[in-house]
Amino acid sequence: MEVLVHIPDGYLSPQTYVPFYGAAFVFWAVALKKLKKELSTKHIPYLAMAAAFSFLIMMFNIPIPGGTTGHAVGAGIIALLLGPWTAVIAVSVSLIVQAVVFGDGGITALGANCFNMAVAMPFVSYWVFKLVKGPSTSGTRLLVAAFLSGYVGLSAAAFLTGCEFGIQPLIASGPDGRPLYAPYPLSVAVPAMALEHMLLFSVVEGVITVLLFKYFLKHEPDLIYALTVKEA
Amino acid sequence: MTRHQKKLWIGLIVLALLTPLGVILPERFKAGGAWGEWGPEELKQLIGYMPEGFKKLANLWKAPVPDYNLSGQQSSMAGQIISYIASGIIGILAVALVIYVISRLLVKNEK
Repeated sequence: MEVLVHIPDGYLSPQTYVPFYGAAFVFWAVALKKLKKELSTKHIPYLAMAAAFSFLIMMFNIPIPGGTTGHAVGAGIIALLLGPWTAVIAVSVSLIVQAVVFGDGGITALGANCFNMAVAMPFVSYWVFKLVKGPSTSGTRLLVAAFLSGYVGLSAAAFLTGCEFGIQPLIASGPDGRPLYAPYPLSVAVPAMALEHMLLFSVVEGVITVLLFKYFLKHEPDLIYALTVKEA
Repeated sequence: MTRHQKKLWIGLIVLALLTPLGVILPERFKAGGAWGEWGPEELKQLIGYMPEGFKKLANLWKAPVPDYNLSGQQSSMAGQIISYIASGIIGILAVALVIYVISRLLVKNEK
């Protein structure tokens, strides 16, 4: 049996994957610059653990009975714990290793996969957390914020992925009108990606985010970036 | 390494040991692959033809451990389970190595 979890090669046209590589590079460059400024030796093990965590959590394929499979990404909790820019690096490293070593996710699609799961997702997660949390510093509101941060973050990444699939027939069709790459239109691709995530996979992501958030709140609250640092 | 960090690493190793659930559960519930991640044959069956551009790009990269499977296409469930755990461990080591190299480069530049 074959279980892959990210956009493979062949589904995105060059006019899609090249710009996404460009966008990913910009975010990598800024993230590395920020990391260089802020990285203390104390944080390196956490960065490695975050990348390892994201790598492993994506291996847990969750089945929709009789349907497809999907997975959590872990980018939400990593953004809350280490900050969205550090999450960009951690999740990107995990996606790069998955693509290069395990053929999970395409090499041409790597920019897009990184943009969806390692850029859009951690930032959306982080903003949702900040927005829902408001001024409160403890209690249920924090936990609701953590859940929603994972839930909305993964749903946003799935929605983006659906859009990337869905625009392919519009921008890349052969002379006979047949799509050259991903064949399904937006009206099929976006609901397919967004709905199955909103119904199941994002819920899992939200639960994982809350549980880990609770754990760190109890054991190492000083580490939580989203509670200790004012600016993203 | 602090005690807390040691605990977290142990947690990650436990997670790696549990990864086979990611193949066992989909098999149990008869779920297929993820939406939008069909292989070439699967896609051809779904839409009746192989898109031209897709054909060119699909087999661009031969990964050393394709699909987290170390034991070839026709492997048993037990083979897949062992492969999956091994892949998880290889994954941890690989990402840790990359992060270590990045950190070294960043910190070195600082001096």
